[in-house]
Amino acid sequence: MQYAVLIYESEQDFADRPGLMPAYAAYSQALAEAGHMAGGEALQSPHTATTVRLRHGERQVQDGPFPDSKEQLGGFFLIDVPDLDAALTWAARCPAAERCAVEVRPVLAMAAS
Amino acid sequence: MEGRRAAELAARQSFGKLVAWLTARCGDVAAAEDALGDAFLAALRRWPSEGVPRAPEAWLLVVARRRLIDRARRDRTLEQLLPELDAAAPGMDPETSENAMEIPDERLRLLFLCAHPAIDPGLQAPLMLQTVLGLTAGRIAAAFLVAPATMGQRLVRAKAKIRDAGIPFVLPGAEALPARSAAVLQAIYAAYTSGWDGHGEAGRSQGLAQEAVLLARLCAALLPGEPEALGLLSLLLHCEARLGARRAADGSYVPLLEQDPALWDSGLIADAEAALTQASWAGRPGRFQLEAAIQSLHAHRAVSGRVDWPALLGLYDALLALAPSAGGRVSRIAVLAELAGPERALAELEALAAADQALQEHQPWWALRAHLLQRTGRAGAAQQAYRRAIALADDPAVRAFLRQRAGGQSA
Repeated sequence: MQYAVLIYESEQDFADRPGLMPAYAAYSQALAEAGHMAGGEALQSPHTATTVRLRHGERQVQDGPFPDSKEQLGGFFLIDVPDLDAALTWAARCPAAERCAVEVRPVLAMAAS
Repeated sequence: MEGRRAAELAARQSFGKLVAWLTARCGDVAAAEDALGDAFLAALRRWPSEGVPRAPEAWLLVVARRRLIDRARRDRTLEQLLPELDAAAPGMDPETSENAMEIPDERLRLLFLCAHPAIDPGLQAPLMLQTVLGLTAGRIAAAFLVAPATMGQRLVRAKAKIRDAGIPFVLPGAEALPARSAAVLQAIYAAYTSGWDGHGEAGRSQGLAQEAVLLARLCAALLPGEPEALGLLSLLLHCEARLGARRAADGSYVPLLEQDPALWDSGLIADAEAALTQASWAGRPGRFQLEAAIQSLHAHRAVSGRVDWPALLGLYDALLALAPSAGGRVSRIAVLAELAGPERALAELEALAAADQALQEHQPWWALRAHLLQRTGRAGAAQQAYRRAIALADDPAVRAFLRQRAGGQSA
């Protein structure tokens, strides 16, 4: 089963990223070597975000992320593990877990073609 | 009425076993319950005319399994389960053999599933009561003081999460076992106290104390290596044993120390003592064992005619070191008052309140303070404390008791 491990970061976490890179690299490698890595990306910091809505056919563009809260989505891993227990175990190992928070969400399985 | 209740509780044993067996094979508690519900309906329709099958549980299982297979054929999300369901217990035939099959008891996995950390702690007890004992959402809602529709919706959502988020139907590994067992026991304890909070003794008829005792018995039997499971069972049995002594004939509240031990249920006390003794063999004390030991000391009054206060104080100290709580601290001071006198106890009570502002709204703190002030002859201050204790009490019988105490000795 595939799960998204969503990483939420504070402004400080975004600022501290360069120092965290080795930890993320090690985490990615561990996931890959265990055969659980299915993808993932890091996002640029929230100040680069633009939010778009289409209302009555009209495009509304707004500076900033959605939702505008203290912690922001900073990136995600896609992992392939047998069940939620395994997903939580891997999520707890993610460097963000002890700094901010990670959310674990199962990926919606599309009917196989 | 009692007989009907006994039959109902017996049926609940089957229900949980069958739900667990089906869930183990389809991974979907809600689907398992639905299929079993259909099977029970079929039984109601057919057993009166065709006779009860030789192995009723196996009969129900065969019908429920067939329902699940039918559903899996229609529902693509369940389709991958077909091979497993088809393979499950192929030789089941409830009509041909006396003992068609021994249904493996997988209820422990069901208990762990309901108390999984990914499930809202407030929903773990309701989920257990529904999936393991088959109680309706309405019955559970009444005990937990929420609207039936709300409870129904929450339970449906929790079961959807179990299925969709891939919460596994397995026993936790050795590393996770202590924390996971603690969650199961905590949920059972919450089920026991349901309907008591805010309603006092009157809430008992709505509460699910008997069902919780059933879960505690089940848990103690299924988790033989966990002394806390036996500790919880012992604690609940001690509480149940005093049911008939907590109220006087006129319905008024009787505090533990004034209860007539002759009104306690000696059979339940014996069961409680046996469970606690068995728990102690493991040599691993815990919160529930200590709480049970405290109740055991009180129960011993039936034999000795007295309370062993020093031993009681020791147990409270041990309990507070392991599981600190405001209620526990106040109870410890009540014991201290018997050993060191009311002045010393009052001083400790003050110190406690200075350290924890929340005690200003803690009813037992005020009740004990009122009692101690009265004992030291400070009638005015005692009256004030009684007024606070009465205002904070939510059980009408306790309010009446405190009013009588306040009035009885201040005049």
